[in-house]
Amino acid sequence: MEKALKKYSPVFVLPTLLAFTIGFIIPFIEGLYLSFCQFTTVKNAKFVGLANYKYIITDELFLNSFKFTVSFAVVSIVLINVIALGLALLLTRNLKGTNIFRTVFFMPNLIGGIVLGYIWQILINCILSIVGQPLLALNTQAGYWGLIILTAWQQIGYMMIIYIAGLQNVPDDLIEAAAIDGATAWQTFWKVKLPMIMSSITVCVFLTLTNSFKLFDQNLALTAGDPGHLTEMLALNIYQTFYARAGMQWKGYGQAKAVLFCILVVVISFAQLRATRSKEVQA
Amino acid sequence: MKKLLALVLAGVMAFSMVACGGTETEGGDTDATGSVYYLNFKPEQDQQWQDLAAKYTEETGVPVTVVTAASGEYETTLMSEMGKESAPTLFQVNGPVGLANWKDYCYDLTGTDVYGQLLGDDFALVEDGKVYGLAYVIETYGIIANKTLLEKAGHTVEEITSFETLKAVVEDIQARKDELGFAAFSSAGMDGSSDWRFKTHLANLPLTFEYETEGITPGTVKGTYLDNYRNIWDLYINNATCDPAELSAKTGNDAVTEMVEGKAVFYQNGTWAAGDLAAIIDDLTMIPLYIGVGDEANQGLCTGSENYWCVNSQASQTDIDATLAFLNWCVTSETGVNGMCKEMGFVIPFAKALPADNKFVQEADAMIAAGKKSVGWNFPTMPSEEWKNGVGQALTAYAADQTDANWDAVVAAFVDGWATEYALANPA
Repeated sequence: MEKALKKYSPVFVLPTLLAFTIGFIIPFIEGLYLSFCQFTTVKNAKFVGLANYKYIITDELFLNSFKFTVSFAVVSIVLINVIALGLALLLTRNLKGTNIFRTVFFMPNLIGGIVLGYIWQILINCILSIVGQPLLALNTQAGYWGLIILTAWQQIGYMMIIYIAGLQNVPDDLIEAAAIDGATAWQTFWKVKLPMIMSSITVCVFLTLTNSFKLFDQNLALTAGDPGHLTEMLALNIYQTFYARAGMQWKGYGQAKAVLFCILVVVISFAQLRATRSKEVQA
Repeated sequence: MKKLLALVLAGVMAFSMVACGGTETEGGDTDATGSVYYLNFKPEQDQQWQDLAAKYTEETGVPVTVVTAASGEYETTLMSEMGKESAPTLFQVNGPVGLANWKDYCYDLTGTDVYGQLLGDDFALVEDGKVYGLAYVIETYGIIANKTLLEKAGHTVEEITSFETLKAVVEDIQARKDELGFAAFSSAGMDGSSDWRFKTHLANLPLTFEYETEGITPGTVKGTYLDNYRNIWDLYINNATCDPAELSAKTGNDAVTEMVEGKAVFYQNGTWAAGDLAAIIDDLTMIPLYIGVGDEANQGLCTGSENYWCVNSQASQTDIDATLAFLNWCVTSETGVNGMCKEMGFVIPFAKALPADNKFVQEADAMIAAGKKSVGWNFPTMPSEEWKNGVGQALTAYAADQTDANWDAVVAAFVDGWATEYALANPA
């Protein structure tokens, strides 16, 4: 069997490899090339060298949306992971109705980002109107916190499931041994459980980090960048540059932003993976 | 079992390759007659275009494909379609700003039959002596008023002949809002589905009057009539069905609902709204948008176009010829003109146009016949969408908190924003 598999492996790999090449590698390389061009459609690209990159480092809106995205990412990563881990700890204690709670907390994740964005827009506008504050379209603070509440609400359940799986894999004998040695609940958590679930933490932080940077639908539906691009995150900024502007130079700018964005996300997530991986332990 | 698995996998692979290759055969339909591929902008008229295309194919044998882009997705669709082997031969731009994107793809229509049918260069997109686009539908907007409700409040449409008289009627109705059971204006929603009525259509008035009195200087506007813009905006937002602070979340549908339910007398919109308001259309009339500038006694409705047909210059010559023949057929043949004017309900700026059934269009025609001077559509000269968004944002902020400082922000978005955006859109 194994021999046959080895012999035919190229045949089996081929369809996926073809699809991956056509659907990812070729467009990616073409995209890289286009970031050095001005174009209307991909066929009539005109090479302009580094002009696009020169422009985007002077584009204040892009820098603003970078800052906004970073401040959003930091708060939402911490918030989502702390709350998700807390819920996971609560729901691994054999409480009554654990399964129902797990299902309920997971459910927001099943709704699409655009729908969630509009629903939360109505909810938040309603509250703002009751307390007499400017509505979302005019309120940067509300837009920022609205986005955080929305993504937290959506992702906590998902991360919680990963943490639950991690906590259930902590061997009982370790916890028992800790109890016999007289460790308090806090010590058991901090010294035993946490190191044992480092791999779950790696996964969850990675997911929340990349999700935060790539956030698009929720941003588009909830605030659409209002007021005046102040709540516009990187992905939306790229989209707006590419599609909301007329003129071939903007396509090039948008493309160059997209390439920078891609590099940024890759670098940040690799750094994070290295940092958290190094803390992982084996039982 | 192994063999079966291999067979299934091979089958899947073969199928995926066939599926990939399948699309190739669609393009390159360039036999002697050529073919037409129309990327349509107006979803409301999709079915009518499909029918008209089928009739043309039946008559002449030339294949016509009509694809309609989803609302708000036209530029995106056009961009990806244009990159294909079988690109649209006929597409649309929305005026000079849209043309900037697609100039390289626009065939010079000078001397073509369909251009010969056009009622004048007012309806053509001409730059550097070349005809890049032809308007194919003329639309009109103003203030839609509910006559029945007006009479209930003890007023008539005839009273309203200027901004001052409009203001008097509006403020009188608003003062008796609770007693009458309806407000003067429907909500001036600043949600994306409705804000264009104010950041684009209403802004057209101060802009047009400035162009008339000050002349046009590319790249700059002075904002001569922005005080009038403020006056009419104040009138809209402070005499409406809702608190001005809530306007940022109000949608186009909200305003339509308020009109249909008889909760408001006035609604700024155009001939295209006749369908939405069909239930109460007999009560309605359209009056000019007075802002207190110019010769108000002779002011008519705002009439113009922002939809221009362009022929893809990068298509093969046979396809270009086929497309031009199709366009000419649409605006000259009985079937074509009937399809556009009756089925689609368009007012077309071509020699053989038929009179329209749309009530607002008829009123606009009557007004022109009575010697009123239409206000042109100059918003296609606005430098970019971003400019409109800036003005819209400032208007929304001003509505929520009506201070002079916030109005200054509107003026800045209008005047300074124009210069900034013009420079960005037209790099030296």
